[in-house]
Amino acid sequence: MSEKDKTYTVVDAPEGYSAPGFFATTLDKAVGLARKNSLWPLPFATSCCGIEFMATMGAHYDLGRFGAERLSFSPRQADLLMVMGTIAKKMAPVVQQVYEQMAEPRWVIAVGACASSGGVFDTYSVLQGIDKVVPVDVYVPGCPPRPEQIIDGFMKIQELVGNEPLRRRYSAEYKELLESYGIKIDR
Amino acid sequence: MENSILLQELKSKFEKSILSVDETADIPTVTVAAESIRPIVAFLKNDQDFIFLTDLCGIHYPELEKELGVIYHLHNLVANKRIRLKAFLTKANPQIDSLVSLFSGANWMERETFDFYGIDFVGHPNLIRILNVEYMDYHPMRKEYPLEDATRSDKDDRFFGR
Repeated sequence: MSEKDKTYTVVDAPEGYSAPGFFATTLDKAVGLARKNSLWPLPFATSCCGIEFMATMGAHYDLGRFGAERLSFSPRQADLLMVMGTIAKKMAPVVQQVYEQMAEPRWVIAVGACASSGGVFDTYSVLQGIDKVVPVDVYVPGCPPRPEQIIDGFMKIQELVGNEPLRRRYSAEYKELLESYGIKIDR
Repeated sequence: MENSILLQELKSKFEKSILSVDETADIPTVTVAAESIRPIVAFLKNDQDFIFLTDLCGIHYPELEKELGVIYHLHNLVANKRIRLKAFLTKANPQIDSLVSLFSGANWMERETFDFYGIDFVGHPNLIRILNVEYMDYHPMRKEYPLEDATRSDKDDRFFGR
């Protein structure tokens, strides 16, 4: 087989009907496929987990392979908030504000023990997990987690994104979830 | 300038306010009455060249009658001499004069000491919390809290072993 004949699969096609010349699937699945393979993460790195994330973005681990090459340092253009590191109580409103500034649909991943639960910093000044201020989709354990674990967490996010129904963000349950965190939604 | 000369001068000038002098440690340590801290520091700064306030911090000894302390480290940059001042206050009435008018650098250090120990620096222009969240209603470095609230349940699971 010559080099020319090799076929590459970038992403697997979702469930659907295909025949020569056409492919049909649901809008949910098509949109999910596009979204999950072009997530723009916002790295909110405050400590050592952030260093592991730098390795994750580097050439060796290369998060770009998962369609997350483009980091967004503005919450307005980000899809995925990656909180990596200890969040002090004084930082908590900042995390919440960054989350509020993100456009829907948005996802959150808590990387490492501190972001997930406060970690070893069981003390008066540290927020005991970012899920006290924003809803979290995926938690990555570890102190700090290795890049493989961060990638695994990211792939879990991709799974959620790919399977999310388009109506979810308009549902009463979602509205209730945000309101339980005191986060306003303007629609 | 020898330390002994300086300490002699301090003693003669502020006889009633010098409670004890200790020269055994690295730098001379003078315990002073809290109400005269400002004139003593002013004297050290203006007449004795202790022109640099290295540090200002709090301490809490729950077993003492005057539980709360404020520690001042002054540095004579001309003769390269240092001195440590200690002033103690009761928990019921933790008030001491602010040094902001003498050393601008005392501003944030006094705010920090207030934040963590609840010491009221009288005359401070902006005595509010500097490091902790504004809504905190206690002073966390005081030794008056249980190590852990036995009723907290947010980490009750097998992974944390509680």
